[in-house]
Amino acid sequence: MSVDLQAKQVEPLRNTFGHVAKYVKGNKPASRYEEATMGAQPTTNFHYRPTWDPQHELFDASRSKVVLEDWYVLRDPRQFYYGTWAMARAKQQDAVESSYQFVESRGLLDAMPDELKALVCDVLMPLRHVAWGGNMNNCNIGAIGYGTAFTAPAMFHAMDQLGVAQYITRLGLAIEGTKVLDKGKQDWLDNPNWQVLRRYVEDTLVIEDPFELFVAQNYALDGLLYPLVFETFIEDRLTMEGGSAVAMVTSFMSDWHKETSRWINAVLKAAAAESEANNQLISGWVNAWSDRAQQALAPIAQLAMQDRADASIEHARAELDSRSQKNGLAAK
Amino acid sequence: MDAQVKKKKLGLKPRYQAMTRGLDWQTSYQDMDKVFPYDKYEGIKIHDWDKWEDPFRLTMDAYWKYQGEKEKKLYAVIDAFAQNSGQLGISDARYVNALKLFIQGVSPLEYCAHRGFAHAGRHFTGVGARVASQMQSIDELRHYQTQAHTISNYNKYFNGMHKSNHWFDRVWYLSVPKSFFEDAMTGGPFEFLIAVSFSFEYVLTNLLFVPFMSGAAHNGDMSTVTFGFSAQSDESRHMTLGIECIKFILEQDPANVAIVQRWIDKWFWRGYRLLSIVAMMQDYMLPKRVMSWKEAWEMYAESNGGALFKDLARYGIRPPKGWEDACEGKDHISHQAWNTFYNYNAAAPFHTWTPNAEEMEWLTEKYPDTFAKYYKPRFEYYGEQHKQGKRFYNTTLPMLCQTCQIPMVFHEPGDPGSICYRETDHQDVKYHFCSDHCKEIFTNEPEKYVQAWLPVHQIYQGNCFPEGTDPTVEGFDPLAAVLDYYEIEVGKDNFDFADSEDRKNFREWKGGVEEEVSP
Repeated sequence: MSVDLQAKQVEPLRNTFGHVAKYVKGNKPASRYEEATMGAQPTTNFHYRPTWDPQHELFDASRSKVVLEDWYVLRDPRQFYYGTWAMARAKQQDAVESSYQFVESRGLLDAMPDELKALVCDVLMPLRHVAWGGNMNNCNIGAIGYGTAFTAPAMFHAMDQLGVAQYITRLGLAIEGTKVLDKGKQDWLDNPNWQVLRRYVEDTLVIEDPFELFVAQNYALDGLLYPLVFETFIEDRLTMEGGSAVAMVTSFMSDWHKETSRWINAVLKAAAAESEANNQLISGWVNAWSDRAQQALAPIAQLAMQDRADASIEHARAELDSRSQKNGLAAK
Repeated sequence: MDAQVKKKKLGLKPRYQAMTRGLDWQTSYQDMDKVFPYDKYEGIKIHDWDKWEDPFRLTMDAYWKYQGEKEKKLYAVIDAFAQNSGQLGISDARYVNALKLFIQGVSPLEYCAHRGFAHAGRHFTGVGARVASQMQSIDELRHYQTQAHTISNYNKYFNGMHKSNHWFDRVWYLSVPKSFFEDAMTGGPFEFLIAVSFSFEYVLTNLLFVPFMSGAAHNGDMSTVTFGFSAQSDESRHMTLGIECIKFILEQDPANVAIVQRWIDKWFWRGYRLLSIVAMMQDYMLPKRVMSWKEAWEMYAESNGGALFKDLARYGIRPPKGWEDACEGKDHISHQAWNTFYNYNAAAPFHTWTPNAEEMEWLTEKYPDTFAKYYKPRFEYYGEQHKQGKRFYNTTLPMLCQTCQIPMVFHEPGDPGSICYRETDHQDVKYHFCSDHCKEIFTNEPEKYVQAWLPVHQIYQGNCFPEGTDPTVEGFDPLAAVLDYYEIEVGKDNFDFADSEDRKNFREWKGGVEEEVSP
């Protein structure tokens, strides 16, 4: 029997949707990221003003002082759309699960000296609440930001922050049970070490400009916090002192920080590159919020790194400043 | 090593509590009312957010695992569909017009839902409600994106989809879904949840999804079926949120009942009017039909909805005010809507047609009391005219209802021979409505509905021409200018299916096989 394989080639009439095509260079097919993202948000002829914010339209670029001719320049270099994001996180979750299995089957967390366990909990448990603030702030960027290229990754980031808060919770439960969570919350609310940071987080919760909020949360605060805690404290110090189990089960956080930094850098870089005015504005925010974040994190550095506290936080700040330089932001 | 003490494992509920509610705190450097400024002005009183029962105790790790798995399967099907030219396997090219309505009018609503739930997910003071809303926000984003990816392949081969988002913001009938969702999003977070999670997702969603998804299955569109199935487990979570939120609000304070009742009255009717477009899709646009709108209404609204409102009676909630009129309309609205689009097909980027003989028979059988008497003669007449080369296109603009924005085409309840008109004066301006219920929605909140961007008014005000158009030049053709502003490709996206490029192309791709199309 012979099979006729001469199927007639049907030529497509077009490559993609019009609202996507204008962002695709040349006559190329659009990527999945582009079809999921570009031009997705409604832009005009809105019917009613929000009863909760009658000064603005539902989707309104003027909620930010940053001015962009087209907010879709804020592309995500990771090219995340829901599917790639969910699949990437599922894979990372598999890795976290194997780490927990490894650590728990060998009793590695229990085997840590009590003082080290206490130190881990003292430093990490209040950070559940910092991540929760990060969740709320990124959710807010998703709710009031302009352009899907900017807001969709912010919403993924919000859920990631919830994931981080839950990973820290899981670690606390694995080490000691709910009482360390309670103590962490008590420290967060009352312990003087945490009050400057709590004030910082609460102040970000009322920032009205979505881009300033992005800078204060994702760039200044997390840009200092993650290197300080998840790299210097956990990967450098704890690993040397018998706490590598903690490093294993928190590897998501340092990996996540590296991955998401690519996106955060790209957003800042593109927005600042568009005009001198944007650059001044964003650089001003970066400098002001980084100064505040550095102060807020100083007591945490003390708690985590003791005599190496100053060096650690200054190192983190120097790294952030050089990152800013690479992103084309005006030097301080 | 034998001394290793096993820590007591937490049960599911306390563990979930630690994973979510335990994260929150009472702010003190900033006032709580400033951190959560939006969940009091609607008048809903919440005394104890801890009474909120988490409808699905899903932590992010589990969420990623389930959703990642689903995405893997879904994209495998979408890839295979494109590779195998799955678009050639559909029943006939008329079917694609159902997908056009979907990508033009439904997918952008998924996007709006994503945005609305992000707002609710930030602004409820209660953590449980916040996390549930956030998860729904990314689910809705997922639906927008998977729909774009699924329908992308059709867009490559058929007209009427390529400017879907541009049309959503501009084209006359798409202001119906757009204004519906913007109405919900511009309300406070409680009204948004009652509108979308309860009235739409819980009460009416089956009437949207079942017709589209089983329509796809019957008509050989396996990629749409797959995203439908894949979205279903998200939808069941969303419906659970809908029922949880209404019970929670009603149990918190007796004064909430009256506010919620007014929202149910409003959103049931808004949703019902929006579904007219689904009704006509179901009865007229599926070459292989699943069930009639009337049957779907009886199954999903009358029997399921009836039971639901019996259940809610113990809170003091009665069925929505428009309920009886909606049930009375089941014999009519699909025919009235299709007739409207048949009329205005020059300005609509999808195709219409008159039903063929076999379809007329089906409609007569499904609507024994109304079709043959009121609607069939009209379609027969249109068909006759078309055969003589006089396809009827209405070139005047219809009057729109100020609330639902649908042209005034619905009958006076109980009197199919006359059109229902209502009007009211507000600050010396006259406003027009399609029904008592749309009028009441307006009079409850006139300051909102006077803002409506009514497409017909906007055209007459000259706001729907391309920039730089001079309407005073001699021979100015306003309809052509509007189609230009819409970016409709005249002759490709619009007009009758019989004369369409879609039909011609599909016939060629299939090797000349002709479908049963009238005339």
